[in-house]
Amino acid sequence: MVTAAVQTARQVAAAVPDPELPMVTLADLGILRAVAAEGERIVVTITPTYSGCPALREIAHDLRHRLTQAGFTDVIVRTELAPAWSSDWITAEGRGKLRAAGIAPPGPARRQPSGPVPLTLTATRREPVPCPRCGSADTTQTAAFSATACKALFRCEACREPFEYVKDI
Amino acid sequence: MTDDEFAAYQSLAEDVEDHRWAFGTGFTDPLEGVDASVPDGVDAAALATYCLMLGDDALIYSHRLQQWMTRLPELEEETAVANIALDLLGQARMLLARAGLAEGAGRQEDRLAFFREENEFRNVRLVEALDADFAELTGRLLVFSAWRLALFARLATSRDPVLAAIAAKGVNELSYHRDYAAQWVIRLGDGTRLSHDKMQAALGAIWPLVDELFRADDVVAALPGVAADPRDLRAEVAGVLDTVLAAATLDRPQAAPMAQVAGKSGRDGVHTEAFGYILAELQSLARAHPDATW
Repeated sequence: MVTAAVQTARQVAAAVPDPELPMVTLADLGILRAVAAEGERIVVTITPTYSGCPALREIAHDLRHRLTQAGFTDVIVRTELAPAWSSDWITAEGRGKLRAAGIAPPGPARRQPSGPVPLTLTATRREPVPCPRCGSADTTQTAAFSATACKALFRCEACREPFEYVKDI
Repeated sequence: MTDDEFAAYQSLAEDVEDHRWAFGTGFTDPLEGVDASVPDGVDAAALATYCLMLGDDALIYSHRLQQWMTRLPELEEETAVANIALDLLGQARMLLARAGLAEGAGRQEDRLAFFREENEFRNVRLVEALDADFAELTGRLLVFSAWRLALFARLATSRDPVLAAIAAKGVNELSYHRDYAAQWVIRLGDGTRLSHDKMQAALGAIWPLVDELFRADDVVAALPGVAADPRDLRAEVAGVLDTVLAAATLDRPQAAPMAQVAGKSGRDGVHTEAFGYILAELQSLARAHPDATW
C-alpha cells in the first residue's frame, strides 16, 4: 500500500520539468535524490546544482504543487547538500534531450580526489565538445559562463552556430 | 512552451502558499531539511563565528561583484561575473544559515545579513574595496578565489558535516572562478603595454590586503578538525599565484601588509572606510522596513 503510493509519488516527482531547462526532468538531471514515505507524509529530497541556483525554490514549489494535484495531501521537500551534485548524474536520456534541444551535454566531470585543484591557464579543453547541431568536433568556447550558472557558451567552427554547453562539474 | 513547461511557472503565480521574492518575503531557509546538529565535542559558538567569517567573505564580495553589473566591457563578462556573484551569494546564504543554526539564538540568514553592525561583520578586508578598473576586478578575483578554493578543498573533510558539504560544493564553483580570473590576468598582463601596466598597478593596489588572508586566528584554533588553519594555505596559494603571474609576465608586488588597528583587522570586525558604504547600500531597504512582509 505504502510502496504503491511511494511509487506513484516517485513517478510524479521524476516527471517534474526543470524550470531553467524545461526539456529535461528532475530525474534526468539527477537532482531528485529520493522520494520516500514517513507515515502518511511524502518526503522528496532534492539537491541544488550550484550553491546559488535560484531555481531550487521553484522546483520545490512545483514538486509540492504536482504531488498535491496527484492526491498527496502531506508533502515536504528537503534539500540535501552532500554529496555535491555532479553533471555526471545527468542520465543518458537527459543527455539526449539536451542535445535535441541544441544544448551540448557535459563531458566527464574533472574528479579531484583530494589535494590542490590544478590550475587551467588557457581556454583549451581536455577533450572537444561536439556541436549539438552538426556534430563537428571543431568548436570553440566563447565564454566560460552563460545565462545560467550551469552552462558555458560555445561556437561551432563548422556550421558557425553558437550553442550552450552544460558545464562539467 | 508546452503546457508541462508552462506549469513550472504557472504554479508560482497561483495564490496557494507563500511564494515571495525579496527581503521580508519569507525566503526558504537554504538549509531546510538538512541535519544541523553540531557534532559532539565541537565548540558551537566558535563554529557559528567561523561560518560567519566565511559567509561574510562571500556576501560582501558578491555585493561588490554585483555592483559591476552593466559596467563590464562585454556581455560575456557580464554573465561570467553575475554567475560568480550568484555562486558566492549561494555560499553566503548557506554559511549564514549554518552560523545562525549553530548559534542557536534564532537568527536566520536575513537577520545576520541585514541587521548586524559594521563591527559584527567578520570578512577579510580584501573584499571591501570598489575595484578601480577591470584589471583590479580580475586581480582581486584571482587572489580571492585561489585562497578560498585552497581553503574549501581542506574544509571538504571538516568534522562538521554541514560545513564539509557546503565546502565540497563550493570547490566545484571556485575552480571555475579561479580559472576565469587567471585567464584574464594572463591576457591583460601578457597583452599590450597599457594592459600590462594596468594589471601590474592593480596587483599593487590589492597586495597589501593579501597577508591578512593567512594569519593565525583564535576562532580557528578553537575548532580543531573543523576549521582550516589559514597559515597552512600560504604556500599553496603563493604557488598558484606565482604560476599565473609568471605566465602573465607580471611581478609579484613587494608591498607591506596593510596596517591593523590596535592589532585588529577584518576578522575582528575592524574594516576599511569602504565598508560603511557597502552596508549602507546592502542594508538600507531592510532597515527602512524592519520585519516588513509583503
